[in-house]
Amino acid sequence: MNQTPVNLLEIRNVKKTFSISGGGFLSRPLTLTALEDINFTIRKGETLGIVGESGSGKSTLGRCILQLLSPDQGQVLWLGQDLTKLPAEEMRRRRQDLQIIFQDPLASLNPRMTVGEIIADPLRTLRPELSKEQRRERVLKTMAAVGLLPEMINRYPHEFSGGQAQRIGIARALVTEPKLIVCDEPVSALDVSIQAQILNLLAELKDAFGLTLIFISHNLSVVRHVSDRILVLYLGRIVELATGDEIYLDPRHPYTRALLTAVPIPDPKLARKRSIDGLKGEIPSPINPPSGCTFRTRCRFAEAQCAETRPPLETLESGRLVACLRWREIEAAEPIAGSA
Amino acid sequence: MAPVLTVKDLSVRFALHESVVTAVNNLNFTLEAGETLAVVGESGSGKSQAFLALMGLLAKNGSVSGQALLGDVDLLALSKTELNQYRGRDVAMIFQDPMTSLNPALRLKQQLAEVLVLHKGQDQKQAETSAIEMLERVGIPEPAKRANAYPHQLSGGMRQRVMIAMALLCQPKILIADEPTTALDVTVQAQMLDLFKTLTEDFGTSLVLITHDLGVVAGVADRMMVMYGGRPVEKGTVDDLFYDPRHPYTLGLLHSTPHIAKRAERLDPIQGMPPSLENLPKGCAFHPRCAFAFDRCLAERPALTQLENGREKACFHEGPMRYGKVA
Repeated sequence: MNQTPVNLLEIRNVKKTFSISGGGFLSRPLTLTALEDINFTIRKGETLGIVGESGSGKSTLGRCILQLLSPDQGQVLWLGQDLTKLPAEEMRRRRQDLQIIFQDPLASLNPRMTVGEIIADPLRTLRPELSKEQRRERVLKTMAAVGLLPEMINRYPHEFSGGQAQRIGIARALVTEPKLIVCDEPVSALDVSIQAQILNLLAELKDAFGLTLIFISHNLSVVRHVSDRILVLYLGRIVELATGDEIYLDPRHPYTRALLTAVPIPDPKLARKRSIDGLKGEIPSPINPPSGCTFRTRCRFAEAQCAETRPPLETLESGRLVACLRWREIEAAEPIAGSA
Repeated sequence: MAPVLTVKDLSVRFALHESVVTAVNNLNFTLEAGETLAVVGESGSGKSQAFLALMGLLAKNGSVSGQALLGDVDLLALSKTELNQYRGRDVAMIFQDPMTSLNPALRLKQQLAEVLVLHKGQDQKQAETSAIEMLERVGIPEPAKRANAYPHQLSGGMRQRVMIAMALLCQPKILIADEPTTALDVTVQAQMLDLFKTLTEDFGTSLVLITHDLGVVAGVADRMMVMYGGRPVEKGTVDDLFYDPRHPYTLGLLHSTPHIAKRAERLDPIQGMPPSLENLPKGCAFHPRCAFAFDRCLAERPALTQLENGREKACFHEGPMRYGKVA
């Protein structure tokens, strides 16, 4: 890490709810709280991993940052400028700095456009001043950077495998020379060997272009592999934010602890020795979340106070965040061995 | 003890418009009583098709040859009616997406009881009681109440538990699980793998776990078979293959898998992509992606050969493998 970190993004008090049908014809709509009290910063040049189970709000958070969804309240400060208040035209200009890569590479590419047209599309809308030649030149340069051959420019998405299609998706995100890319489960649909190739590619591109990455995944091993810091979400709230090493070697939140023991380890002897911190049940419905700490219904350390008080997001030493009323007691009672 | 299942020269072919592709090519393996065998490979390796063929579940344009001996019965030689006596009773299969495997229009107890009525000749009432007991065994809270629910009223994890309950109702000799935890969250996946371990121990069921996830394999399997381009390339105990892989593809898969305890700067993935079955490379199908390939690998296909400790590999390379940046 170099000098003082610059905060590229600051997320303040972001809340996002969705109104969903109550089921019946006359039933009142229900409110689903997808995100609440979201506060954190993203430093320039870092990779921030976001992990959580399905329904934790990780994709919603990614979309709120990019203003693909508007938060109900709160601010998304990009170098101090609040994106949520930006007029549409200005936001459009800003978009070349903020891009996204999706999970299903084939579904996210227009089947009727050639690879060249797909990759050039963001330039057409975001950089209209560029000539056709300039666009083509940029497209070819970007294709080379992601490992696509120039002759592929006139082919259609269906001619490509999943891994190649994801390279096209990455090229489309990269072509506007963004500062930040949100990667939403970018390798989950890929074969193991291809997954590793794409992870390496993202790391290379990040270094080469000085990118900041937000890496959303349910796979903790993958997130740990790519991330400088990791944000753990549970039912739309931050439960912990710390560096990869801190999360792995010294997790503070009981949910993070449980999540770590559930991650499959590709090492038979370790895997057999390990006892899984039996996290009971499944993530509750965000329509009717538990009172107090939303994790308490699955937490083996929960006490009466956890049902009454919502744990505040505490800032600890080295700037790590944790939201648990009892983490100090838990750590004293059951210290983590230090390394696994 | 005799193996529960002996598969000999199993081949699966699909007729396309103008050609025939071979998805599984001369597969031979045995499954011992009570063991968990992991079948590992990437898309197109043939890992799923081989077992769909055993269950008589191939697509219409598919055909199968070879033998699959369950005791002295050859599953592949049976008519559909005859096969129905064994499917669900002696061999059961569960899939990645439980929603598409459950009937959305039937209450859970109805679809579960059906299995027992059919295979065990139980009456409806008796069968429903056994079904509820099994739901409890697989960890479904309030099983008597949940038995009245429809599949859409359950979460993904609960649906997969229902599938497991249904598969185990007749206490089959063999349970085939095709990517059973791929669609689930890690915490639920861990619960599910734990459940597999307990249930296979309690019922003495042999488990075939088809997966691409080496993390899952390490935790539950006894032996593993790695497949590439429709053929097995390496077989052996999980420990032998993880700590001392002999096939470059097995080694490559291990190096491609991120490990939460090791924060390597870069992974050492296998180059290139899995081959298309319509256009398999000559010689060893893996040679275009292999760091150890030499002349012979381009011309000749290596046969599966026996090594020590019952392990087998199909590779001409001898001696140690230095892989990528990792020595």
